[in-house]
Amino acid sequence: MHRKVPKFVETHLDEIIERWKQLMKEDHGDRFFQIMPDEVVEKTSHEFAGLIVSNLTEDGQMYESKLHDFSERIVRLGWSITLVMKAIENFSDTVYEMLWEAEVINDSNVAEYFEVLNGWIRPLREEVVEAYSNTWERTVSLQKIALQELSASLIPVVDKVSVMPLVGTIDTERAKLIMENLLEGVVRHRSEVVLLDITGVPVVDTMVAHHIIQAADAVRLVGARCMLVGIRPEIAQTIVALGIDLNEFTTTSTLQRGMQEALALTNRQIVEVDE
Amino acid sequence: MAYRSSVDIHTEWDIVAARQLGRNEAKKIGFGTVDQARITTAISELARNIYLYAGTGKIEIERLNEKGIFGIAIIASDEGPGIADVRKVMEDGFSTSGGLGAGMPGVKRLMDDFRIDTEKGKGTTITAIKWLR
Repeated sequence: MHRKVPKFVETHLDEIIERWKQLMKEDHGDRFFQIMPDEVVEKTSHEFAGLIVSNLTEDGQMYESKLHDFSERIVRLGWSITLVMKAIENFSDTVYEMLWEAEVINDSNVAEYFEVLNGWIRPLREEVVEAYSNTWERTVSLQKIALQELSASLIPVVDKVSVMPLVGTIDTERAKLIMENLLEGVVRHRSEVVLLDITGVPVVDTMVAHHIIQAADAVRLVGARCMLVGIRPEIAQTIVALGIDLNEFTTTSTLQRGMQEALALTNRQIVEVDE
Repeated sequence: MAYRSSVDIHTEWDIVAARQLGRNEAKKIGFGTVDQARITTAISELARNIYLYAGTGKIEIERLNEKGIFGIAIIASDEGPGIADVRKVMEDGFSTSGGLGAGMPGVKRLMDDFRIDTEKGKGTTITAIKWLR
């Protein structure tokens, strides 16, 4: 009984694939086959069928490693998971239907066959879902690291003056990182003035302002001064509307103006040299 | 039925998604950069309040057209604990979470119309509207 099915799949493979393709077309229209080149569909479906056959002919370990390779490759093709799930379902439906038509299955043994078919499809589905979720998790964690790398580094510009350019959305996690890097950098570079540049921050709401104010307070505690630079006109207006009090800050519209102020605070200035 | 779209708020990153949606809608309606910043900041405040105090909820953005005057409505709704004292949260500097306490009165100042419907234990719906002039 268990052997009959893989044998059946093996011998009727071309017909199964033909009908499976038909089914996919009915579900998704021609779009499905437009987005996938013919030879990829052909190759993948044959491989998939081969995999199903090998499930019952080869030993467990061999099958598992094959299954793993296969699902990894499916993920790399970049199809949506819903589509792949549908493809698997349609494939098993097709096999089931054809087994009925060939009268391999009848009313008396249908339960047993159902068990066999399920035994193939379930691990495949689980493996594909797992491969997909692993890929997503990996992407997310890599992006998190990438984001952290571009988060908040303190750059010593001239003696006693450092700049921290902030780019992108500030969430709680980044706010913490900004604070840490700021304090550590101020102490390490012996900065007297730190310029926080918010040109690249899209929205300054009360939470962002709160974090900036806290960071500035902490900087004051380690003996330096914090200046807020890069305040765009629309940000200035929203800060005023929100009623956020930034009076304790020196603020400027651009980093350039901020630099001049910072140099003035440390009793220096930029002069042109006569040749 | 007016055009409406929404973002569910579950995590801190959904706040960014809500903001992005609001900014795009505001741009489509024809708001300038200053009003776009006002609208996105208001959304940011409301979404953050949902995240902080109710845990989950949603932000809906609706395009308005009243007798030829266009506008945008932000509807922030949750089924959280509700607001115990509405008068108090509208005071500047009142906060239960150690924040600046400028969020709610700030949103009111950023937008043109502002309404709070809240019931203790049932949840809160805040509607804020900005008209295009």
